Amino acid sequence: MTAAVTADAVGDGRGGRRHRTAPGWLLGLAGLAGLMALAEAVPRAGLVKERFLPPFSDMVSALADEAGTGAFWRALLETLRGWAIGLAVATAAGVVLGVVIGGLPPVRAAMASTIEFLRPIPSVALIPLAVLLYGTTMRATLLLVVYASFWQVLVQVLYGVRDVDPVARETARSYRFRTLTQVRTVLWPTALPYVMTGFRLAAAVALILEITGELVIGSPGLGKQIAVAQSSGAVASMYALVIVVGLIGVVVNVIVRAVERRVLRWHPSVRREVVS
Amino acid sequence: MTVPAALRRALLLLGMPVVLVAAWWTATAGSTDFFWPPLRTILGTFDDTWFHGRITSDVLPSLGRLAAGYLLALALGVGLGVAIGSVRVLRALLEPVLEFFRAIPSPVLVPILMLFAGIGNGMKILVIVSGCVWPVLLNTVEGVRALDEVLQDTARCYRMRPHSRLVHLVLRGASPQITAGARQALSIGIILMVISEMFAASNGVGFTIIQFQRGFSIPQMWSGIILLGLIGIALSAAFHVVETRVLRWYTGLRRAQREG
Repeated sequence: MTAAVTADAVGDGRGGRRHRTAPGWLLGLAGLAGLMALAEAVPRAGLVKERFLPPFSDMVSALADEAGTGAFWRALLETLRGWAIGLAVATAAGVVLGVVIGGLPPVRAAMASTIEFLRPIPSVALIPLAVLLYGTTMRATLLLVVYASFWQVLVQVLYGVRDVDPVARETARSYRFRTLTQVRTVLWPTALPYVMTGFRLAAAVALILEITGELVIGSPGLGKQIAVAQSSGAVASMYALVIVVGLIGVVVNVIVRAVERRVLRWHPSVRREVVS
Repeated sequence: MTVPAALRRALLLLGMPVVLVAAWWTATAGSTDFFWPPLRTILGTFDDTWFHGRITSDVLPSLGRLAAGYLLALALGVGLGVAIGSVRVLRALLEPVLEFFRAIPSPVLVPILMLFAGIGNGMKILVIVSGCVWPVLLNTVEGVRALDEVLQDTARCYRMRPHSRLVHLVLRGASPQITAGARQALSIGIILMVISEMFAASNGVGFTIIQFQRGFSIPQMWSGIILLGLIGIALSAAFHVVETRVLRWYTGLRRAQREG
């Protein structure tokens, strides 16, 4: 299990920033430009029917049209609001339960199998239930978002709590720190990097489930706009909305990583990166 | 392991799940709430609902599509990942593009791929591939990039041939990251299997559950939710078995490092 954590820490591409020089940065831009050019040229040349893949310029003008409507901005707001609320609830619940379960070894031992059982249950299995309980409202989607992102946080917090240095814990106990002080001074600093990893994973998962919920259930948001565009044959605006959703994903990633670096700036893993 | 220790372990493993199921059972035992039928009723319909015909007409096609899409994504992700990871220029060129594609929540690709591939098996497999390939691809790139330099130099000194270099050095060395990506991809794959069937299908587990929900066959719908949960648990257990086998050298290495 530790293997997974390290692999993920390595796998988030953070190491790459360091080596990136100006040419690399330029090459990245060239790659993006190439993608856009390809998306323009392929339908223009007739390799793919424009009905399936409109030229990139059509997508951009469709996006400009969308940006002029109030419905687009309302949908964007709905999506971001559902995402933020779901992520906040899941993070709070995951951290509190994680600290309680992880901090009490007997509870931890008793809960381990239950968590392993519940975690792989796919969140989309709850879609029919969510629809029955809440209809096509935001709460139906919120249920999915909270359920899916909760596990990401909880599991990471449990890893983090387990990672606490036994000597530090024993020292705190010998000095008879109160429980809350122990949690604050010993447990929390150790667990924080794991909490941030969990938060980063949860932020991405929450966005996926928010959009999925809107798309499949039909609760208000960008996902619903995509479904509407698809069923009304507005292919260019469908692509435009998908691009917007992708950009939201990129922005979310960037912001969460910035928050992570800020919160953990005292931590060796971040300090080392800045030094070198 | 002594008998009491084994007993203790079994109690720890099964205690809480049994308590929870029992709690569900008793809490809903006399339930007349339409949406929360008694667990007894749900389990009673489970056999009728799934084991008489639906297992071959719905469950197996779903799992077949999942397997096809997942394996295709693994092959594609590892292949492209090794190529991108070992060529610096390619990596710099494609990194922002890949970041963007990864950031697109894969379910929104369902309507797009429906345009291209209709609503048949091809579309569903394509959806699964298009969602599963990113975690595998990006983790492979990172894994290949983070290969041990001493090992790389050693391989060069011994003039290993490209093929054995690939098998013994690159794929081996990157396998911890590749499996981490493959695990993420598996849960995404299950989600996409269900989503693509909820959208448009004539068979499959996701399709059937939505039919039950629309027809207000609540106990049957619950049995479908339980079935999906069981599928998720079984697949993640199977993955764990494969993972421990593939990464046995790695866990051993880490243990040795920690002790040493």
